[in-house]
Amino acid sequence: MVTLNVNGKDHALDVTDDTPILWAIRDIIGMTGTKFGCGMSLCGACTVHLEGKPIRSCVTPVSVAADKAITTIEAIGDTEIGKRVQDAWIASEVVQCGYCQSGQIMSAVALLKENPKPSDQDIDAAMSGNICRCGTYVRIRSAIKQAAGMGEHVSEGV
Amino acid sequence: MKFMDKVIESHSGVTSTPPERVQGNVNRRDFLKLSSLLGAGLMLEFSFLGAGCSKFGEKSSFTPNAFIHIDEDGLVTLVAHKVEMGQGTYTSMPMLIAEELEIDVSKVRLEHAEPNEKAYADPLLGGQLTGGSTSVRGAWKPLREAGATARIMLISAAALEWKVDPKTCRAENGEVIHIPTDRRLSYGDLVNEAARLPVPEVVVLKDPKDFKVIGKPIHRLDSPSKVNGTAQFGIDVQVPDMKIATVSASPVFGGKIVKVSDEKAKEVKGVRQIVLIDNAVAVIADHMWAAKQGLAALDIQWDDGENASFTSESLAKDIAEASKGKAAVAKKVGEPGEVMAGSGRKIEAIYEQPFLAHATMEPMNCTVHLQADSCDIWVGTQVPTIAQGAVAKLTGLPPEKVKIHNHLLGGGFGRRLEVDFIAQAVEIAKQVDSPIKVVWSREEDIQHDMYRPYYYDRISASLDEHGKPIAWSHRITGSSIMARFFPAYFKDGIDPDAIEGAVNLPYSTPNVLVEYIRHEPPFVTAFWRGVGPTRNCFVTESFMDELSVAAKKDPVEYRRALLNESPRAKAVLELAAEKAGWGTPLPAVKGAKVGRGVSVLFAFGSYIAQVAEVTVSADNEVTINRVVCAVDCGIVVNPDTVQAQMEGGIIFGASAALWGEITFNNGRANQSNFHNYRVVRMNEAPKVEVYVVPSTESPGGLGEPGTSALMPAVANAVYAATGKRIRKLPIVSTLKTMI
Repeated sequence: MVTLNVNGKDHALDVTDDTPILWAIRDIIGMTGTKFGCGMSLCGACTVHLEGKPIRSCVTPVSVAADKAITTIEAIGDTEIGKRVQDAWIASEVVQCGYCQSGQIMSAVALLKENPKPSDQDIDAAMSGNICRCGTYVRIRSAIKQAAGMGEHVSEGV
Repeated sequence: MKFMDKVIESHSGVTSTPPERVQGNVNRRDFLKLSSLLGAGLMLEFSFLGAGCSKFGEKSSFTPNAFIHIDEDGLVTLVAHKVEMGQGTYTSMPMLIAEELEIDVSKVRLEHAEPNEKAYADPLLGGQLTGGSTSVRGAWKPLREAGATARIMLISAAALEWKVDPKTCRAENGEVIHIPTDRRLSYGDLVNEAARLPVPEVVVLKDPKDFKVIGKPIHRLDSPSKVNGTAQFGIDVQVPDMKIATVSASPVFGGKIVKVSDEKAKEVKGVRQIVLIDNAVAVIADHMWAAKQGLAALDIQWDDGENASFTSESLAKDIAEASKGKAAVAKKVGEPGEVMAGSGRKIEAIYEQPFLAHATMEPMNCTVHLQADSCDIWVGTQVPTIAQGAVAKLTGLPPEKVKIHNHLLGGGFGRRLEVDFIAQAVEIAKQVDSPIKVVWSREEDIQHDMYRPYYYDRISASLDEHGKPIAWSHRITGSSIMARFFPAYFKDGIDPDAIEGAVNLPYSTPNVLVEYIRHEPPFVTAFWRGVGPTRNCFVTESFMDELSVAAKKDPVEYRRALLNESPRAKAVLELAAEKAGWGTPLPAVKGAKVGRGVSVLFAFGSYIAQVAEVTVSADNEVTINRVVCAVDCGIVVNPDTVQAQMEGGIIFGASAALWGEITFNNGRANQSNFHNYRVVRMNEAPKVEVYVVPSTESPGGLGEPGTSALMPAVANAVYAATGKRIRKLPIVSTLKTMI
């Protein structure tokens, strides 16, 4: 048995220690906002926070997370920075298919927690592990800047 | 036999008969009909095809295509006949209705359409498909007419209630207003009365200058759920008692299982069952990790079959040989053969393009609950009716017993036009008692994709003394996706997709020959974002660049001089060149070379020109720094979507242009995940600038042309930087083989 604390709630799970957090969250706890993309820590779709730091949940076993706090996309909007990032994502019309965006947002929130005013190079460094096949990078960059209060492009949507 | 029945049959390997014409015109009398649904609602049904039987009214002589439902609370529901895969159709379709219906677009509710070929066929595609950049083009008139008709009837209902002339009323923001007295009734209050009224024979659509919604940037309706994790993709489905399965199919296409030792797999905690089908093994487990561990623990012996020795090199050799054979003539203007043999200066080249995987971020998956007399399928698909037909055939159930629960698509790009993964899931489900969700690993997804085909093009031109092309000859050799997917469209040896973008160049050339030779690899191939025009644009626009070099002319000026008969193409070219600063020097980069390249495209009803700026490093790494894109796509429905589709299409194209290729050794795909099927990341993404040419023409498609125009623009920029002409994609691996 492993106990995972996800978004402030404990879940006792009957899984082997090597089970990646991703599958514990998705298939056992049943929270599907965190996505499977590659299984090899190559695409970032599965990014969650462990004690506030971004991790790739597809390669991080549950044993690493015992007694630690996991935060997922479902709860990131409860944090001040998380809410700001989500709002910026909507205002900048970032999403297309949307599948990678949970991971993108988790990486962006982690970046802004560490670095409230990131440069373009900082954004590249923090976000280049997250693949988006729809090619929303241009807008992710501007949404991060907007969430950081360094806004440039804001869509004029109604 | 209906058109789509044939398409569905073609997916089951049944030969089809010649095509029926797809009816695009609509008879007004048949077009719209109102009926009351559930006792309290105004149901407006409409059909693009205009004939058949209503599913709502027995005596009607039409079939519904999509429908508006307005309930007593005034809530408007649109059944979305197109699936959202990122292209923004869930926002643009409601905008078309909202414009004429006079409602707030943010208050529209959307439902996925069920499979219903009669009801939801696209007028351009002839089937219930989402693809080919057709959604706005096809729905442009019918959806506005649907909205206008509903509005007129709601106004009539209010006028009756007030006993006034309808002409003294107008609709605004979900209400009908009696102008002289400012009395108001909400749509919800009017639905029952409106449902009893006759359908107007004629509806006059708004003058575009009065548009309030169309042409305005509207926030995407699907954003909120996609930023908080609640959006439901196919892979997110959870059904009671569901098990998770993952699969390993024969690593060689056409291979089969000889023997499987599963003792160790069965010992994995959480593994429930090992299922063998003809060409694949599935492990059924409590969760994906157990299924993956179980699969890894299997000892599978494959019979690789007759493709065991297939390699990329053998294919390249075969297709080159095939390209010398007899070709079908797709277009002939003037006397290209004679002119080519004449005194002009002859330029010729061979271009090659590799197999490509789609690599959608959401790997292939399908959830199945197969019972004795029904089958439920939860999936994200671009082709719900084809999926339904395939499952019906596999299970022996009548189609109406196969329920397709469609979901958001975590990327489509053409991959989810195919139903191979759905059929496989059903075959597995036949051996499992509980509902199962079959999820492919990324490796399975890349190595068992249905790839964009390898193409081999021979192209030549004859130039007059001024360097202008007086003859143009283009011979295209490659797999016919249409012959498999839309067999009725493959006629006289011509695949219309294979030649699209090659037969309708915007340039004026007096003598033209375009030919096609079908050559199939030993596995089926599939559509990929940008389809035929993407392949052809790379060839024709790269070659146009070669001609400009041969003529010693500037690439923009050379093209411009040939575009006098295509003012829209000329305008986008001029705009892109101006905004890119064409002709001004690029800042030098120490130790690297820089260059600009241009491309022009007319496809999907849209005109695009792009200018790409690249840096080529000493070790031949290519960076695309900036892409300037000018687009004339006719009337713009949602300007922000135009911008987003160009940005995204360009970046999608950049991955393929620079690095994308699937290669084979011993019948096996060499690439397996994002480390060796490289795609553009944040730090590699170019700046993209999009400029829209205002237009009053009907809307063109936008999901694909950004991708199509990008590849030659980048290859031409690499030439400008290095003097090396890229005639084989991907650019970087070709560049590294050149001295």
